[in-house]
Amino acid sequence: MMTRKHVMGAVPILWLIGWSLASNSPATVHAAGTLLINGAGATFPYPIYAKWFDAYHTAHGDIQINYQSIGSGGGIRQLLAGTVEFGASDMPMTDEQLGQAKMKILHFPTVLGAVVPTYNIPGVSQELKFTPEALAGIFLGTIRKWNDSNLTKANAGVKLPAEDIVVVHRSEGSGTTFVWTDYLSKVSPDWKSKVGAAASVSWPAGLGGKGNEGVSGLVKQTPYSLGYVELIYAIQNNMSYGVVRNSSGNFVKANLASVTKAAAAVAKTMPDDFRVSITNPPGKDAYPIASFTWLLVPSTISDSSKKSAIVGFLHWMLHDGQKMTEALSYAPLPPEVVAKEAKAISQVQ
Amino acid sequence: MAATTQKTFLNRLRNGDEVAHLITLMFAASILLIAGLLVLELFGSSTEARHKFGWNFFFTSKWDPVAGQFGALPFIYGTVVTSAVALMIAVPLGIGAAIFLAELAPPRISDALTFIIELLAAVPSVIYGLLAVFALVPLLRDPIQPFLKSILGFLPFFQGPSYGVGFLAAGLILALMVIPFIISISRESLLSVPNDQREAALALGATRWESTWHVVVPYARLGIIGSIFLALARALGETMAVTMVIGNTPQIAASLFATGYTIPAVIANEFTEATENLHLSALVELGLVLFLLTIIINALARLMVLATTRRGTAQS
Repeated sequence: MMTRKHVMGAVPILWLIGWSLASNSPATVHAAGTLLINGAGATFPYPIYAKWFDAYHTAHGDIQINYQSIGSGGGIRQLLAGTVEFGASDMPMTDEQLGQAKMKILHFPTVLGAVVPTYNIPGVSQELKFTPEALAGIFLGTIRKWNDSNLTKANAGVKLPAEDIVVVHRSEGSGTTFVWTDYLSKVSPDWKSKVGAAASVSWPAGLGGKGNEGVSGLVKQTPYSLGYVELIYAIQNNMSYGVVRNSSGNFVKANLASVTKAAAAVAKTMPDDFRVSITNPPGKDAYPIASFTWLLVPSTISDSSKKSAIVGFLHWMLHDGQKMTEALSYAPLPPEVVAKEAKAISQVQ
Repeated sequence: MAATTQKTFLNRLRNGDEVAHLITLMFAASILLIAGLLVLELFGSSTEARHKFGWNFFFTSKWDPVAGQFGALPFIYGTVVTSAVALMIAVPLGIGAAIFLAELAPPRISDALTFIIELLAAVPSVIYGLLAVFALVPLLRDPIQPFLKSILGFLPFFQGPSYGVGFLAAGLILALMVIPFIISISRESLLSVPNDQREAALALGATRWESTWHVVVPYARLGIIGSIFLALARALGETMAVTMVIGNTPQIAASLFATGYTIPAVIANEFTEATENLHLSALVELGLVLFLLTIIINALARLMVLATTRRGTAQS
């Protein structure tokens, strides 16, 4: 039974709890001065975004940008639902998705990524050259052996064995798959009609590995296998990867310079909303399998302090932020795109 | 003005017993409520896919996010096959080990081994996945699968190219994950059999093994079967370890060396990047299918237990 003594005893305890919550918690002190902006989306650029948001907070202590890498699809969905202030995606939003949005959504490219073919052939340590037809045929399952003429013609000095190619692809939906299948759709009408380009596709052949780690793990362990991984992953893990022939006929090795050149080649003809695919671009030194990754920002932001924070961050990203990309092996935007984008930021009202 | 013996609800609440009754009732009801909400949510989020595909969802094999064609058959097949392989390996090993630990081993060894086995149940499934990828898959690819092929290659289960990853790898790692459950729960059931049962059997002239196998184990049957269903439930729902070693190919193949896909694996893989609503609702419908699969298997199991208990045995 609760007596008066019990009730009287509870009061000071409750008061103590209330006082400590209200006055001394760091959250309260934090909330008083800091502007908190939430974003979510792609996992591929997460390392550079984390570094940027941290550096921006150090430079502007009153602005805290919080980013959750839940995947491009999740980012787009949360942006459309209004849960986050900006999104991030490795693929541009489709017209259908833009139609679902309550307000206009602007795309701002941030960095460049690329996808490279990696392989494991016992006895072959040279760098292999891949033509677009070879890659499409292998992934369609029409080219089944390593000593197929499509491969031997391009690799004259290499002794390719008469073994079956074990194809490895990504099991989960990802921007990497989107870029790879987008490239294959452009170079192979067969691929485009049978499979198409998307984050998740119905693969005609091969095993699925989870994540870049899964694919590279499977390739390393399975003899005579071929898979595709992010360039950054290959660089950071010292993986050997093949070169791919671009639209000018040159076999180009993927590195930060050739990837930036791919974007530069497309800059003149790029649409104003930056929703462009840069796979198989013109340009003799361009790497053919590259892509932008975008920040998705609503064109009207009602809260003016948040708006100026986001606009300020975008300008910072185009100038100071781009200097930080190479350290993390991301290819920076070419100057043509930076100039075009700087003008486009004024569209955020 | 006779004194009422019927207390009002609020009056009865003053009594501690009533409060305890009410609180525990609320806890039980909340579990049911959460389960009901889960089913409702699964049903609601999968509406688009259910309306588009109807019952065909269960019989179609094509999973094509680009074309918007989704069929659950390869995933149902993969889930059932990997769980079946896991149980076929885990049940004899697990029950055998439980019998040894409960009946035949000296108590100190039994306690020490049980402690270690129960620790295995606490290992996160990603660790099992890593173990499988780095240790099990290479072993399967080179020594073991070709060996099985040479001996049992006439059976359709052991034919085809050997990648290392596939149904067999997934089944084996699942078996490893569910054995601790079977062992610890079966051992508890066996230990709870009253001693007079064993003594009665021995007194009637049975050998030690005969008393164990013909008297003690049937007495503990319900607990052992319960442990098997717990193991099955874990095997059906296991995600990370399976997706790392099954090869993630939505196909139906008879061979255990072939790669496949399971329902939890495809949901884990495709959920975050599923941008189209149809794709998302197809994945949620797969979740609903798994839920129903679990219910059907459990119901069949209960019926089986009911059928065997009604045959006039004395146990409850």
